[in-house]
Amino acid sequence: MKPVVTPPVDNSPLIVSGLRKSYGGREVVAGVDYHLVRGECFGLLGPNGAGKTTTLRCCLGLTAPDAGSITLAGEPVPERAREARTRIGVVPQFDNLDPDFTAAENLLVYGRYFGMSDAEIKPKIAALLDFAGLGGKEDASIRSLSGGMKRRLTLARALVNDPELLILDEPTTGLDPQARHLIWERLKRLLALGKTILLTTHFMDEAERLCQRIAIMDAGRLIAVGPPRELIREHIEPQVVEVYGEDAPGWAEREAHAWAGRVEVSGETAFCYIEDRDAAPLLAHLAERPALRTLHRPANLEDVFLKLTGRELRD
Amino acid sequence: MQLALPHLVQLPQLSFRAFAVWRRNFLVWKKLAIPSLLGNLADPMIYLFGLGYGLGGLLPQVAGVSYIAFLASGTVCASTMNAASFEALYSAFSRMHVQKTWESIMNAPVSLDDVVTGELLWAAAKATLSGTAILVVISALGFVASPMALWALPVIFLTGLCFAALGLIVTALAPSYDFFMYYFTLFITPMVLLCGVFFPPDQLPPLVQIVGAWLPLTHAVALVRPLLFGELPQNILLHLAALLGVALVAFWIALSLTRRRLLK
Repeated sequence: MKPVVTPPVDNSPLIVSGLRKSYGGREVVAGVDYHLVRGECFGLLGPNGAGKTTTLRCCLGLTAPDAGSITLAGEPVPERAREARTRIGVVPQFDNLDPDFTAAENLLVYGRYFGMSDAEIKPKIAALLDFAGLGGKEDASIRSLSGGMKRRLTLARALVNDPELLILDEPTTGLDPQARHLIWERLKRLLALGKTILLTTHFMDEAERLCQRIAIMDAGRLIAVGPPRELIREHIEPQVVEVYGEDAPGWAEREAHAWAGRVEVSGETAFCYIEDRDAAPLLAHLAERPALRTLHRPANLEDVFLKLTGRELRD
Repeated sequence: MQLALPHLVQLPQLSFRAFAVWRRNFLVWKKLAIPSLLGNLADPMIYLFGLGYGLGGLLPQVAGVSYIAFLASGTVCASTMNAASFEALYSAFSRMHVQKTWESIMNAPVSLDDVVTGELLWAAAKATLSGTAILVVISALGFVASPMALWALPVIFLTGLCFAALGLIVTALAPSYDFFMYYFTLFITPMVLLCGVFFPPDQLPPLVQIVGAWLPLTHAVALVRPLLFGELPQNILLHLAALLGVALVAFWIALSLTRRRLLK
């Protein structure tokens, strides 16, 4: 396996090294090192409780780390977090738009928090709403907006200060497929404009689609960092045959190892991971067992994720 | 960062961004300014006229003036206290805990200290409006004897600061809205009775009087009442220092507790 080449640190909008944070004796972030490359989309993946949100809170200076150093937009954090945040846009995990205001007022009031004058903010509002697909919704109350519209307005709000780095915590959680695609399309446009994006997500397709590089986080550590394709090549067999059916677990225990290098069982599904050799013998074998249904596909990021973080539930 | 109580020893980090937080609340208030002001006036006015005329008719002069005039000056202070407390408890808690407005503000270059300071100044400003509105009404009704009453305005603002800061302590500790009931029943309501709003405190047993003398509303009433009757209050510096002291110490505690709650 060839090691993934680490890109240069110069001019990075966010550099994190040796970051540690404990709550009540439990180390939630246990030594995290990474940095962003200007203009890239970097995805932070991990099961619930992996420490993603705590890492982001530390990066924004909203909680003081126990150890380590953070440089955000060239400023040391938490010491100069306030100055650093003038050049950052944040889309939080849960919508916290101001329900007392209209869509346009939300942007106006938020711009004021950046020290911008009304004369600076007001001319930008129409363009920001247009970008978010909310043209003409200036006077709409927050309550009247759908979940997808709220998310897009939150994105527009995060852009009011024209940030160089955009931090998004699970930007598409809870959205329908149409709304997710719209968010992705907008994020790609921002990348094309040269913005840097750091996002956390549970959705592997989202990470594969958007991110140039991905870090998989578990139990407070980054256990793999690299471009999605490289992570798949490095960590997992290239082909997967999923076998479903009542007898799949029994079959997996008795016979699967004759055909596949590695087999994992989850519920009534057996996942057969096939190293370079041909999957044809396994498929021919399965074709004679009509009680078992099969799906033959290339390995993806979700396979890597589940291999590295395990299949047990993280509640 | 390794200190035992970092949140307590840290000095407040204030900036003019606190004013952006203040403006946010002002913009919301502006939308409903008239109903809000009328709402703030209605309750104290009902008490003032109900008790002032109903009870006042049975009473001789109290402290040298008609009972309704006596009560009117106390009502200014009690309303200021109530307005500051409601804003710093229910409204601030909604913004902090329910709507997560503070969280969104802190993602911008605004510190938590700025947010809490903005809330403090806003609650004090709203209380000042409330107290001033009552002052205007009772002046129009002839219960104010002298233009010296204008000196009551800074005292009203200081009273607002004092109770806003105390309220923010409770908000920092509150798990839910229900918690505020304790603060009102155990602190605010007794204060109205012990601090000379409805009757002179010397009517109370001596021990209770001593307790009352330590409560901040006592100091507000001791300053506002004489000013409305055109007299110079006694021990002005003592009362001002008491209100200012409570405001500063309470703000410091509120800030520390809020940091502990939100910046962990």
